[in-house]
Amino acid sequence: MMAAVTPKKTIREISPIDVYRLLPRTNCRECGESNCMAFATRVVNGELTIDECPPLRKEEYHTAHGDLNALLAPPVRVVAIGAGSRSIRIGGKHVLFRHDFTYHNPVPIALDVSDDLPAKDLADRIKTIADFSYNYIGRTLTLDAIAVRSTRNDPSAFAATIKAVAARTDLPLILCTTDPAIMAEGLRDISVRRPLICAANQENWNAMADLALQYNCPLVVSAPGDIGLLRSLVKTLTAYGVRDLVLDPGTFVDPGISETLQTFTEIRWAVFREHDDILGHPLLGIPLTAWLSSEISRNTIAWKEACAASMLITRYADLLIMHSTEGWVLLPQLIWRFNIYTDPRKPVSVDPGVREFGTPDKNSPVLVTTNYALTYFTVESDIKAAHVTCYLVVIDTGGISVESAVAGRYLTPDLISNALRDYHVDQLVSHRYVIIPGLASRLSGDTEDASGWKVIVGPKDSSGIAQMILDNWPPERM
Amino acid sequence: MFEMPEEQLPKGNKNMIRESLPRLLGLLDGVEKIELEQVALDIGDLEFFIPTGTGQVDGRTGFHLPVTTVPVKPTTLIPAGFSPYKEEFSGRIREVMLGATRAGGGSRSRVLTIGGADAPPFAFIGNPPVNPPVLAVDVFDMDISLPRAIKTGIKEVMADPAEWARLNVNKFGADMVTIHLMSTDPLINNTSPRDAARTVESVLQAVDVPIIIGGCGDPHKDSLVFCEIAEMAHGERLLLNSVTLDMAEAKTLEPVARAAKKHNHAVLGFTGLELNKAKELNRRLYEYLPPESIVMDLTTVALGYGLEYSFTIHERARYAALMGDSELQHPTISASTNAWAAREAWMKMDARFGARDIRGPLWETLNALTLLLAGVDVLMMMHPAAIRTVRETVTNLTKHEPVNPDRISGWAGARI
Repeated sequence: MMAAVTPKKTIREISPIDVYRLLPRTNCRECGESNCMAFATRVVNGELTIDECPPLRKEEYHTAHGDLNALLAPPVRVVAIGAGSRSIRIGGKHVLFRHDFTYHNPVPIALDVSDDLPAKDLADRIKTIADFSYNYIGRTLTLDAIAVRSTRNDPSAFAATIKAVAARTDLPLILCTTDPAIMAEGLRDISVRRPLICAANQENWNAMADLALQYNCPLVVSAPGDIGLLRSLVKTLTAYGVRDLVLDPGTFVDPGISETLQTFTEIRWAVFREHDDILGHPLLGIPLTAWLSSEISRNTIAWKEACAASMLITRYADLLIMHSTEGWVLLPQLIWRFNIYTDPRKPVSVDPGVREFGTPDKNSPVLVTTNYALTYFTVESDIKAAHVTCYLVVIDTGGISVESAVAGRYLTPDLISNALRDYHVDQLVSHRYVIIPGLASRLSGDTEDASGWKVIVGPKDSSGIAQMILDNWPPERM
Repeated sequence: MFEMPEEQLPKGNKNMIRESLPRLLGLLDGVEKIELEQVALDIGDLEFFIPTGTGQVDGRTGFHLPVTTVPVKPTTLIPAGFSPYKEEFSGRIREVMLGATRAGGGSRSRVLTIGGADAPPFAFIGNPPVNPPVLAVDVFDMDISLPRAIKTGIKEVMADPAEWARLNVNKFGADMVTIHLMSTDPLINNTSPRDAARTVESVLQAVDVPIIIGGCGDPHKDSLVFCEIAEMAHGERLLLNSVTLDMAEAKTLEPVARAAKKHNHAVLGFTGLELNKAKELNRRLYEYLPPESIVMDLTTVALGYGLEYSFTIHERARYAALMGDSELQHPTISASTNAWAAREAWMKMDARFGARDIRGPLWETLNALTLLLAGVDVLMMMHPAAIRTVRETVTNLTKHEPVNPDRISGWAGARI
């Protein structure tokens, strides 16, 4: 029953040589690497894509380019939604487990708007969605798309709302209705934005497929709770000529989250273990369905939506549609989404060394922290916000946070002592006082013994640094 | 219009076409339409042969035949089924029994068996965990600073570990209670092993669930405290939290492990996000203890502060164990309460990020749910809402309940 596909090499099985032999092999360095082999190695590691080899775009390498694309094609296809600089790519997964290879294309989070919203409410909601952001370890985390839903069953109302949304934001759009006539009206004027058509199902698939072909838009295939039907629809739509498909296996939040997670998981195991090419498309999760509940408390529903969204980010969703705009719901999703799509082999770290804030002199305080990026950027932003003048000694803990580094012995009295010595901190200041993080307080005695510096235990959270300096600096006997 | 060099013109020779096809395809890529001029074809003689398996004709790469036949669009659904993939694993997580009843030499009302997994967690429908994950709720033996959201529900009992334990079991539904003997820390109160044992005794009397004993992290002091308690609570199948490579270095691991063996307790081996260290610690412990008395803590980091490291190390450990790595075939525990180390969990933030009283508990919940999906067997928790949600999720994930598509099929048009 499953397609008998000869398994192609997985990304882990592809060697740099496999890539190298298809490259131009001119060592032209246009890509910035020292030679083609170095480039091939970084491609295999997922750090570069073959599109970053300029000569490969030349006509003479066309065949090789195609071969490389085929060699490196992920078992879960990539689908692009939107047009131009704001287009988003979803899917493109190479592996089941993050420890095997970095997950690519962080799952975009779309928020919905419905066409029954009064103009003012619509404008406010779009602004809330488009403006939502959080500064996290030096990066700005934002929402990614808007899903417009037809709730009035009225083609012109749907089209008008879509136009209003498109006029206010360049975020990629998802158009949601199962009525092909309404979808046609909604698509007509904004098809150049290449929205995601959501969705084709058992009843409407040929009409939706015609629209997807007519406007060259990606299409969601929906078969809640029925993977067999989903495969049948994908097979049919592929034969029909629609290539960019996104799968909606159904998101049941309460009850049904168990079936939902296991369905998503079964699909991915089929793709990666059984080479099921039919299911090799991005997965759409819809935590918004939490709101189809008889529950009265909005906070309770939003809480359930948050839990479902987070678990779907963990378990294989490539795109999410949510409803809650509450920050407490969205913030953990944006952070977890960022985290789980980082390279598992590399700690998120900054370079160790001494940083100066303000214009410190020989009497300025000396603080210590770890080189875990989040710890460092948090401390940095707190010091800057409070205009504290100081030296900050960033210790190489292998990119581990203070608490874990102390527990795991990545931050030890000897490491602190060595850092003070190696970075010549004794020449920067004339005193011998070092302020260590409150979460490393247990190291204070041994650090004094190892370094000969007096230790002052700082606050447990760097938000308390300014107050702590105010209260304790300069130390009495300095 | 394109021209093909004369020597390559196909003359009905299959091999020729086969050889020239890659180049032909290269030339055709991006071409929407081909006009053939001054070409006379005798249809009867023409046999188009497209070689297979060249890797050239692959719809996925965007490299496809632009012409030839218009596909016949299907008018009805092409049938396709699905039979779920299922993998048999050679490895299995050991089962560890925590708590002992009177018949087993202890005083607990029931024994909790953890571990036993023979497949990845919650991956296959109809394959529930052998032993569902359990929840342990924290008690501290001293007044400690806790986030307001947590303190609200427990401030009346915080001075009395026994009362606190009772609340955790009776009100929050804890499967186990962890008594953290923080005050034994030489840098804090340096409470004596004897006094610490009395605290544990009071907790054992207050509740009848299995108990986890939390130390202070000092390898020397913990050893003294654990040995004293192991003897006092002979036969109770406590879980001693934790033993470390630091203790091995300080030569205090052996007495604890021997005491655990002698008095029938289990130990929790703690390592910092490094599987080789976890395996090394387990090898050391095998010298003194049956493997069925060892649980692993691979380190839980807060969401936003490195949870992804914890997630991935748990997935790696579990998968390696299922594939046969016997040194990792132990149940795991996660301190989900570490979520509160994230400032986003407890700090007052801009109003658009919501009240911390709901943001914080959700943080703990999501930390726990994430590691639940990575296969953790015991979750150490504190906030009642987090406990309730994780409990419900575990229950839901453990039963098989067919879904009704009609319930959600109208989501696109629903007014919410």
